[in-house]
Amino acid sequence: MKFIVHVMPRKVVLDTQGRSVESVLQQQGFSVLGCRVGKRIEVDLSGDDQAANRLQVEKMAKEILTNPLIEDFEIEARP
Amino acid sequence: MSQRKIGVLRFPGTNCDADVLEFARELGYKAEYLWHADRFSHQNWEALIVPGGFSYGDHLRCGALAAKSPAMQSLAEGVKNGVPVLGICNGFQILCEARLLPGALLKNQSGRFVDKVVGLKLQNSAERFYRNMPVEMKLPIAHGEGRYFVEDDELKRLQDQSQIWLTYSENPNGSVADIAGVLSPSRKVAGLMPHPERALHDWMGGTDGRSFL
Repeated sequence: MKFIVHVMPRKVVLDTQGRSVESVLQQQGFSVLGCRVGKRIEVDLSGDDQAANRLQVEKMAKEILTNPLIEDFEIEARP
Repeated sequence: MSQRKIGVLRFPGTNCDADVLEFARELGYKAEYLWHADRFSHQNWEALIVPGGFSYGDHLRCGALAAKSPAMQSLAEGVKNGVPVLGICNGFQILCEARLLPGALLKNQSGRFVDKVVGLKLQNSAERFYRNMPVEMKLPIAHGEGRYFVEDDELKRLQDQSQIWLTYSENPNGSVADIAGVLSPSRKVAGLMPHPERALHDWMGGTDGRSFL
């Protein structure tokens, strides 16, 4: 059973990667008001209890996949 | 000098381990490596050092994967039992990811890797490392992700509890409150971005690192 964890830097954190990308986008002529760069993590779990698996993914996200001090996450279940 | 030893942890991608081992031996200690995949008994070690480098290639986040290793579990046990721990550069990142020190290290504000000698000020003393030493010193830094971050309420807590160990005289990376190193509440765990092991001899450019062990 697949889940996607979308990870983004928290708004309170200066995202230097996003800033660099924004700068190059603008140099290339795109009209950009802002840009933030995160990560997309795919996790594949065994079993078919979606609720239980989702809880596992939340635990993974909080303990390993993200650093809650500097990152936010959202979990998306894949059919 | 103590009969016990200083342990130097190594992870895949650690590259300052040899320098840190020499650092400890040069200053009169017996020192040995501790491999990331192995648990160890904290009783055998007078102090533990987590050296710099690019553990796990900085994958996921700097220090995030190393923080979960068996050796770090043993190190955390050691911390509970009062073993002093020093984290240098990636070692500082690992200790923060392991929640043994507060805060996180982010990409430098400039977006550039910074490699130079910086002036530092001692704000509060660690229990074991850099005791009774001059308030000002110079050490080299070499990092792309050294910007120390904590939120305002946590920063106030660190200030009130005297957990800010070292600050930069001229902030090279955008660290909040110019913080270069922090202490745990017990002051036995200490982490810093600069490299004391690279300041042991005049030919290295300075000897302020000698005061750290």
